[in-house]
Amino acid sequence: MNPILHVEHLVKRFGGLVATNDCSLEVASGEIHALIGPNGAGKTTLLAQLSGELASNSGRILFQGRDVTRLPVDKRVAAGMTRSYQITTLFSKLTVRENLAVAVQARTGRFFDVFGTVAGDSDIEDGAAQAAESVGLLDMMERVVGTLSHGKQRALELGMALACKPKLLLLDEPMAGTDPEESQRMGDLIHALRGEHTVILVEHDMDAVFRLADRVSVLVAGHVIATGAPEAIRANPEVVKAYLGDEEDEKEAA
Amino acid sequence: MAPRLIPAHRPETPLTAGLPGPWTAIAIAIVLAAYPLLMRELGEDFYITLGSRVLILALAASALNLALGYGGMISLGHAAFLGAGAYTVAALAGQGINSAWIAVPAAVAIAGLAAFLVGAVSLRTKGVYFIMITLAFAQLFYYLAVSLPVFGGDDGLQLTERSNVPGIKLENDLAFYYFVLFTAGLAFVLLYRLVSSRFGRALLAIRENERRVAAVGYPVFRLKLMAFTLSGGLAGLAGALLANLSMGVTPHTLAWQQSGLLMVMVVIGGSGYFWGGITGAAIFLLLEEAVSTHTEHWNLVLGVLLLIIVMVAPNGVMSLRERVISQFRRKSTQ
Repeated sequence: MNPILHVEHLVKRFGGLVATNDCSLEVASGEIHALIGPNGAGKTTLLAQLSGELASNSGRILFQGRDVTRLPVDKRVAAGMTRSYQITTLFSKLTVRENLAVAVQARTGRFFDVFGTVAGDSDIEDGAAQAAESVGLLDMMERVVGTLSHGKQRALELGMALACKPKLLLLDEPMAGTDPEESQRMGDLIHALRGEHTVILVEHDMDAVFRLADRVSVLVAGHVIATGAPEAIRANPEVVKAYLGDEEDEKEAA
Repeated sequence: MAPRLIPAHRPETPLTAGLPGPWTAIAIAIVLAAYPLLMRELGEDFYITLGSRVLILALAASALNLALGYGGMISLGHAAFLGAGAYTVAALAGQGINSAWIAVPAAVAIAGLAAFLVGAVSLRTKGVYFIMITLAFAQLFYYLAVSLPVFGGDDGLQLTERSNVPGIKLENDLAFYYFVLFTAGLAFVLLYRLVSSRFGRALLAIRENERRVAAVGYPVFRLKLMAFTLSGGLAGLAGALLANLSMGVTPHTLAWQQSGLLMVMVVIGGSGYFWGGITGAAIFLLLEEAVSTHTEHWNLVLGVLLLIIVMVAPNGVMSLRERVISQFRRKSTQ
């Protein structure tokens, strides 16, 4: 295995609450690595630590062998790690093109260029069109994002992260709130990323997880209790007890 | 490579609405250049000085608009940077340094430095906290100016003459108007380039959704700090001109009411619109002038008029343009 990401003994405390508790994880280059766990297991917290939005109390994050634990978000994006959001976080008053253009522009740097005009910058326009095509939004470039359906907004949410050309994509529940048809389409989009990108997929939709993931890690109370192939995880008694079992209980209770 | 689609119609969004068109700029420049000559013909020299005042405060309001309208940084402390510029010019004049080539750049640099320091602290906070901390810093500057003898205390500092520009007598009000127009014009060209640049787009994007801008890899804090610094520097430039107009500076220029006035101008004109600061300053000062010549209770009348403007155009006068256009479109499609 050729790991692209090493997480070593990562800890995040909020006051007395330990959200990420001695979490260790290895992600292989090119794989789709699902991260599952019951509500409150700390999946979103871990993702925010990986993206750099939350500082870690201790432990290390190694990306392509480089220690990125203390790097701010923009440096991690430049290194090749980009996240998407569970709650759609787009520029809702701007068009699809403008949304993607903002992301593409970040990739090309020159943040403090105050003279060159952006209007008609073909590198940015091409990059935006490319990102739109990869998530199936090329025919909606001039639509204001707030007027798009939820499914299309979820697709753009993925497109925004892709526009940064990341090596490692951190996807936070890309299927959240989508109907079965949209969910299927999102699954296809993520499937198409295999090989070109490494993906960490946080997702509640178990069918999607077991269909898409090469490997699955199970997070319980901020700690990875098991990592393995989907079939092995499904059969792991500890996982069934800690996680899948809970869901069965919930279903019975409901 | 994805195919390039050429769209028939790109809708106007907050990203493009804030950008100026060049023809409007040229038309405005011609009108402003002709204005004092017309006033001289009419024998109304007083209005030339009023014109200088409008231009200077238009520049100050536009400087605030860069931070407030484009960057979403609601600063209630911009009088501090206006005052820093004005005090720099007056203090240098007190030391016998009257050259505009030294005094004006020094005013911009000092105000910019002040904005950099204030921003470096304040921009770590958000929302109401940001408003309060910028206000607190401005009050700090105010009390510094009032209590330190070198700044003249409550009386402020007087100029014995206007800054020297070789070949031009700025004591002449017409010459001074053109000096202000030229300086402000340069600043507006700079602002124009700034807001249509990569930096400008990043700034607008931060205003729309800061979290996403950070997530796609922009150094958000440094971008905001740069915008705040430039905004403060431009306010300092306006302050340098203001000190020359008023032949001095008093602590009143640094007072929080002045910060509030600048904010009122931006809100009336249209925060985040290129011409917002200019429109707001012109409307405010001209209304104030018109009303105060007719009644003692001009504050009350002015307040009511401003209230009406804000109720008719809650997003500022410049936003009316889009509203008219979209209503026209709706009618023509019916």
